[in-house]
Amino acid sequence: MSDQPTSPLIHARGLTKRFGEFVAVDAVDFDVAPGESFGFLGPNGAGKTSTMRMIGCVSPVSDGVLEVMGLDPGRDGAKIRARLGVVPQQDTLDTELTVRENLSIYGRYFGLSRAEVARRADELLEFAQLTERADDEVEPLSGGMKRRLTIARSLINEPTVLLLDEPTTGLDPQARHLLWDRLYRLKQRGVTLVLTTHYMDEAEQLCDRLVVMDKAKIVAEGSPRSLIERYSTREVTELRFAPGIAETLDGQLDGIAERVEHLPDRVLLYADDGEAAAVAVHDRGLRPETVLVRRSSLEDVFLRLTGRSLID
Amino acid sequence: MVGRVFEHRLVLYRRTFRSSIFSSFLSPVLFLTAMGLGLGSYVSNTASLGGVPYLDFLAPGLLAAMAMQTASFEATFPIIRGFIWNKVFHAMAATPIAPRDIALGSLLWIAARLTLTSAIFTLVIIAFGAYESPLVVLCVASAVLTGMAFAAPIAAYSATQKNPNRFSTIFRFGITPLFLFSGTFFPVSSLPPALQIVAWLTPLFHGVALTRSLSLGTIGQDPAATVVHIAYLTTLVVVGSWLATRTVEHRLIDG
Repeated sequence: MSDQPTSPLIHARGLTKRFGEFVAVDAVDFDVAPGESFGFLGPNGAGKTSTMRMIGCVSPVSDGVLEVMGLDPGRDGAKIRARLGVVPQQDTLDTELTVRENLSIYGRYFGLSRAEVARRADELLEFAQLTERADDEVEPLSGGMKRRLTIARSLINEPTVLLLDEPTTGLDPQARHLLWDRLYRLKQRGVTLVLTTHYMDEAEQLCDRLVVMDKAKIVAEGSPRSLIERYSTREVTELRFAPGIAETLDGQLDGIAERVEHLPDRVLLYADDGEAAAVAVHDRGLRPETVLVRRSSLEDVFLRLTGRSLID
Repeated sequence: MVGRVFEHRLVLYRRTFRSSIFSSFLSPVLFLTAMGLGLGSYVSNTASLGGVPYLDFLAPGLLAAMAMQTASFEATFPIIRGFIWNKVFHAMAATPIAPRDIALGSLLWIAARLTLTSAIFTLVIIAFGAYESPLVVLCVASAVLTGMAFAAPIAAYSATQKNPNRFSTIFRFGITPLFLFSGTFFPVSSLPPALQIVAWLTPLFHGVALTRSLSLGTIGQDPAATVVHIAYLTTLVVVGSWLATRTVEHRLIDG
């Protein structure tokens, strides 16, 4: 391959997806470097999945440039797909087959020999911590196990790029952490991860760099840390007032923080020193029911950029 | 790539292989015993059947009709399964396998299933002695062709469906009337003239006539009719397969 080590694995300029009149992805630009963990963060309907499906070569590009591993999805879809691992939003496992059969039949789609598929299946079962369930049917497995199997399956062709569309949506916290751990190991091995999520903690855990999407456009780009630094303060003080009180504050919080955000259920004070802001609130004679000082997160970045919460 | 899609179904089929083979034997044995031997013993005037025993008249008709039923079933529910219930077709589409391979691989699988069940049915016909010509062995090919003439267009339709609700309409108003009135149990010539024309237009009529002409050895008597039967059924297979590749592609690739 003539790929320069520095040339991006995925390169998009003015990338657009239209469904009739509806614009799902509106002229977005981004690059994903080899070995990078890249995220699309945004609410449902922001265009994340549409972007992923174009990268996965199952959705033709409406406009703009998209190159995946130096190839054109329109012309070399099958070649690109041969080097991709795909973890779709909803599991697409064959629930009537066993765990192992799901891995082996999927490997056969990539033209791997039966012996090779068997060898890799054993390894991946180990990786996904499913060895003990190898010969069980998929149907009764827990959501977390199915998700791990889907990820294991996506690795059967030893992909250069792994596409994960909301990998942990709907899982309980324990299952999510186990999954994050597995993904982190993949990242350590040099697999390029591209994922979508509407969980800030997920993006902060997994992504080296991310773009924030809203209404089909990219509204910000950077590392989780740099985005927080650019669009938020170091800390946030969350105030909850008794019902009806928040509406009567009317300017009483002015000047306490760099920025004050009124949400339906709480008031957020953006300040580098959250404790000091909390003290200042108290000094002004205000008595919120609860006060919580926390570090700023991507949620705050999103709120700042769009004026809305990430999950409605 | 078509082979990989086929292989998936084969892996799945291994689970139900035995019970499937067993019922493939049982069904023709029961039908030929009850209707061929039992009911057939009341059919004394067989002149309009070509002068052969009713059992011999019935057996090839049932074979073709069974192929239609098996094919129609295999072209409906398993297709929805691949798109909705298990989404395995979506999983395949994320790999080097193309939508076209998924459509053709699924049809190839149905053809293989039909070959197996038709071969078993033909063995049962031979065991019952319900044939007049050694050409009866070619009934397998004829039945597969008949089944595929249904499977391909129905699969194309199934790939456009979001749930199986309309399948019962296909079976109730399509498959069952054809089963009863396409010359399976009695010659189409005993229908009112208007209905005879309708029967002529149905694929099962041609499948039954072709299959019967082989087992009764009458295929040489009317070469023109044979050509029409084969051409009609083949056209349905080809057009249906082409349509299926289109509808499957449309379903898997975003607009």
